[in-house]
Amino acid sequence: MIMSSSALILDANLDDPDRFYAALVESCRDLPPEEALAFSARLILLLANHVGDHAILAEALRLAAAGEPAA
Amino acid sequence: MGTYDYPRYAARPLAELKARSTSTADVAIVGGGMVGLTMALELARRGVGTVVLDEDDTVSHGSRAICQAQRTLEVWDRLGLAEPMMARGVTWNEGRVYHRDRELYSFNLRKDSRARFPAFINLQQYHVEATLAEAAHREPLIDLRWRNRVTAIDVAGEPLRLGVETPEGGYEMPARYVIAADGARSTIRRQLGLQFRGKVFEDHFLIADIVMDAPFPAERRFWFDPPFAPGQSALLHMQPDRVWRLDFQLGWNIDRDRELEPEAVRSRVRRMLGEDIAFELEWVSIYTFQCRRLDRFRHGRVLFVGDAAHQVSPFGARGGNSGVQDVDNLGWKLALVLDGRAPESLLDSYDAERVHAADENIGHSTRATEFITPKTDVSRIFRDATLELAGRLPFARAFVNSGRLSTATVLPADGPGNVGGSTVRSGVPVGAPCPNLPAISCDGAPGHLLGRLDGAGFVCLLFVNGRTTLSADDRRAFAALAGADIPVRTLIVDRAGGTADADHLPDPGGLLADAFGAEDGACWLVRPDQHVAARWPAFDPARVASALDRICGRSGAVNPRGA
Ligand SMILES: Cc1cc2nc3c(=O)[nH]c(=O)nc-3n(C[C@H](O)[C@H](O)[C@H](O)COP(=O)(O)OP(=O)(O)OC[C@H]3O[C@@H](n4cnc5c(N)ncnc54)[C@H](O)[C@@H]3O)c2cc1C
Repeated sequence: MIMSSSALILDANLDDPDRFYAALVESCRDLPPEEALAFSARLILLLANHVGDHAILAEALRLAAAGEPAA
Repeated sequence: MGTYDYPRYAARPLAELKARSTSTADVAIVGGGMVGLTMALELARRGVGTVVLDEDDTVSHGSRAICQAQRTLEVWDRLGLAEPMMARGVTWNEGRVYHRDRELYSFNLRKDSRARFPAFINLQQYHVEATLAEAAHREPLIDLRWRNRVTAIDVAGEPLRLGVETPEGGYEMPARYVIAADGARSTIRRQLGLQFRGKVFEDHFLIADIVMDAPFPAERRFWFDPPFAPGQSALLHMQPDRVWRLDFQLGWNIDRDRELEPEAVRSRVRRMLGEDIAFELEWVSIYTFQCRRLDRFRHGRVLFVGDAAHQVSPFGARGGNSGVQDVDNLGWKLALVLDGRAPESLLDSYDAERVHAADENIGHSTRATEFITPKTDVSRIFRDATLELAGRLPFARAFVNSGRLSTATVLPADGPGNVGGSTVRSGVPVGAPCPNLPAISCDGAPGHLLGRLDGAGFVCLLFVNGRTTLSADDRRAFAALAGADIPVRTLIVDRAGGTADADHLPDPGGLLADAFGAEDGACWLVRPDQHVAARWPAFDPARVASALDRICGRSGAVNPRGA
């Protein structure tokens, strides 16, 4: 795991990415779009609180907004 | 209204007003609302005479502001008026938030239970203004003129000239400075052609003040999406005289007249409170709101305060309360400029500091509004997700925004009014008002800190552990600072205790030192508005004197805004 608290981690950082991805899809696969959106919102809030650092969150918001073309 | 008889203040004969207006007033205040009257009283306390012109002959019509914040009470306390306001008002510190049919959580707004005043009292604006008006009538330095409507201002020459209309006819009023406290529809603002920029929110709110005997406690209750008003929000507050404030969100597309029909309002109230509570309607109105401000609050010798300068939504009670903080900031500066001890440029720091505060208030108010009334389906999903989480996981309560309630603005530490100094990791930061904690009075009786910093001038708080640590040089330096043209009084806060007098504040146990985050020997410079301007680890009279010059605009250029 990369130890960094000052910047958004952009290198792969999960021990078992497949496992998390499957769990994520599993959690909301059967939800109608509106409920899936609510699920995502709750998840984001939980994780944002865990991250805690505004600069990191702001960077994540910027990248998620996909304003820039892929390098 | 049922529980309130409006006072009618007598207008003075035109001949008398004309005779009194042949000489130039130092300061004319346009508008005798809660902000204009507080301004006049604050200036009087600093020895500055004012003429107050108000178009009406009574206090605020109907029901508007009710929540008067701690900092506002502290400012009124300097004027000797916090006691009567407290005696009449309903004290409260707690808020409770509901979502749909359940209670989510409650919170306490009082940061320190040892503080002299609660987080809020609820007191109707008409009671507030009546108390201020009576005090202004008693004050010889205030010339309060009812039924005097200002219709024009001429800023071309010196003095400034106001055109005033009275029931008997018009007259002209010359003044060195004009303070525009004439509210959201400010005539002065329009006369000067100034832009009032910001956002208008597409929503209506219905206010119903009702009289009832109800079992609810003195706390702020806020509902998101309640069963009695699906999809909307609602708010409940206790006021004095068995009056309760209900505030219902209505939405944008409404039939105003129908909503205002007493029977429609009554059935709305019954849906909220149940069928068995008997009540009378005292006051009903529908309001919309804006979040906006002037670009600058100083235009030459015209200074804007209160709603004339800025407007916010009522969520957070930041309207009147921020207007009183404008007064707090402007009073001492204008007094120093008027008697020539500080250059006029000091007034630019009023502009910089209170524009900063207005932006903070507008930011809070805008964010609260967006949370309460999500603008899109997606933002509503996020809002509801937040509320849903807040019911079961306490961390999410921090995101819930039913209004961030008014507190004192911490002014920028590196702005023109402050010097900064060493950073504080905890305690009172530079730019914040001193906390009003228990402090022994000069005569040894229990009192509070702001009573010792009576808000008249600059004070240097020197935190020591035993007075013997002070040298004869130190004592000479205190005397020199106290004797300067802008005096700085040194108040020795002694952790070791000792006896109290005008210069010594025993602080056994270090309650104050710890609250400030002050080490032994540390020195804090406090402005006349009781805000911390600088702090240093040790007392150095040269630094105090140069900080004073900078704060008063007497050395170098005043920092441009935002610098
Ligand atoms: C529903 C509602 C609830 C609110 N709740 C709160 C709250 O809980 N707490 C809070 O702090 N704020 C609250 N506010 C905001 C608060 O009411 C205002 O911020 C406050 O009234 C501003 O005071 P002011 O003295 O600047 O202006 P105003 O109260 O508008 O006073 C302006 C004065 O100027 C006079 N005037 C106007 N034009 C002229 C003229 N041309 N010549 C002479 N005189 C003139 C008027 O007669 C009036 O007396 C609320 C507002 C609303 C609408």
